[in-house]
Amino acid sequence: MQTATRALLHPAAKPLVFVLSLLPFCWLLYGAITNQLGANPAEHLIRSTGDWTLRFLCLTLAVTPVRTMAKLPALLRFRRMLGLFTYFYVVLHFLSYSGFDQAFDFGEIAKDIAKRPFILVGFAAFVLLTPLAATSFNRAIKALGAKRWQALHRLVYVIAGLGILHFFWMRAGKHNFAEVAVYAAILAVLLGWRVVNWLRSTKRVVRGGAAHPTPVRSRS
Amino acid sequence: LNAVKSTVAGAATMEKVTEYKDATSYNNYYEFGTDKADPAQNAHTLKTSPWTVEVDGLVKKPGKYGIEDLVKLSAQEERIYRLRCVEGWSMVIPWVGYSLANLINKVEPLGNAKYVEFLTLADPKTMPFVGSRVLDWPYAEGLRMDEAMHPLTLLTFGMYGEVLPNQNGAPVRVVVPWKYGFKSAKSIVKIRFVEKQPGTAWNKAASNEYGFYSNVNPNVDHPRWSQATERRIGEDGLFAKKRKTLMFNGYEAQVGQLYAGMDLKKNY
Repeated sequence: MQTATRALLHPAAKPLVFVLSLLPFCWLLYGAITNQLGANPAEHLIRSTGDWTLRFLCLTLAVTPVRTMAKLPALLRFRRMLGLFTYFYVVLHFLSYSGFDQAFDFGEIAKDIAKRPFILVGFAAFVLLTPLAATSFNRAIKALGAKRWQALHRLVYVIAGLGILHFFWMRAGKHNFAEVAVYAAILAVLLGWRVVNWLRSTKRVVRGGAAHPTPVRSRS
Repeated sequence: LNAVKSTVAGAATMEKVTEYKDATSYNNYYEFGTDKADPAQNAHTLKTSPWTVEVDGLVKKPGKYGIEDLVKLSAQEERIYRLRCVEGWSMVIPWVGYSLANLINKVEPLGNAKYVEFLTLADPKTMPFVGSRVLDWPYAEGLRMDEAMHPLTLLTFGMYGEVLPNQNGAPVRVVVPWKYGFKSAKSIVKIRFVEKQPGTAWNKAASNEYGFYSNVNPNVDHPRWSQATERRIGEDGLFAKKRKTLMFNGYEAQVGQLYAGMDLKKNY
């Protein structure tokens, strides 16, 4: 365990994760320039950037459970970067859709968002993720205060739900749910772990409280 | 595959033909996988010989046709058709075949035959995704009799002057150029003449998204995307504005009268 922690704390660890996180983008860019993205590169770029958004969302949400269960507190160092990469890929996803699908015609984009629930849900997730990305600086955390910052960042659970709903709806017409099920299962485990963890900790609090009953509580 | 130029009206668009590589590597053929690159990778297992096509139902002369006899039933013609996928992309493909009407006339449908149903191969041994819950197998399609008899409806054996590649529906398929691509059933094993409108694969899977007619129509949106525009594969650049989709995929002059008086918003 100590070697793992030492590796996570190594000065090269963060740059390494950064470069790895950037690889999908580099690969897509290279593929687009060299025309290696198949017969419909626009569709490939839109879908791939969506896939990578979901993957980074899962990675970000995995940090806390893994760090707790594996007793690797040093993992926390990477959470902000992974979260920001989620935002990076969702921005690329939105730009790909706007550019390749709608030729940056913002009137058409607005109509499309209003008309189609699956686009609306995806767009809502993107919009909700924006304040989270925007408050990822130390100064923003300080300005908000830790409690308010944490409350705001709990939005990520709603965003995860919207993201998976967006993917589900997109695939619904083709009854093609295999991949959706994989992401949904991963997210369910990651969020379910939090629920279990929270229930356990409240029980502990309640038990602790019962040993020292306060007059206020006993009256209510 | 020897073919003569077709003299049927609308049978040869002058538009730029899609590259063979794109037309054979970007396919929807769900028996071989749901990703569009899957069929080209998986369809080599399809055994196209021996192959028989059974013609039955409401006809005077039902029968079984070996593929080699079916090919010779009428002169092979080259038809260069636009292909518009319901997903919003399009290609231009030089097909080889003959009007399905030639076969229909030969088997003499009865007066009460109102529809033609196409049933396609569903062999779990050679088709890895048959058995997946994506669709009801076998993939079934259908046309109204007048649609099936229209000279543009092509019983197709080849493309680009060659025998059909497996992923494009070998050894025999139909091509109905004014309808979304999924109406053009691939690897047909049975052609049945029936009185009632047959159930079709995508209509059964999602009737609110895919109707029986599924004529290309820029004015009737798919619930999840607009059908007003399309991207021509291999031709329209990444940042090019998508091209306008034409009514009946540009075959309105030839097929418009088939739907005179029909509400195409209802009969999508």
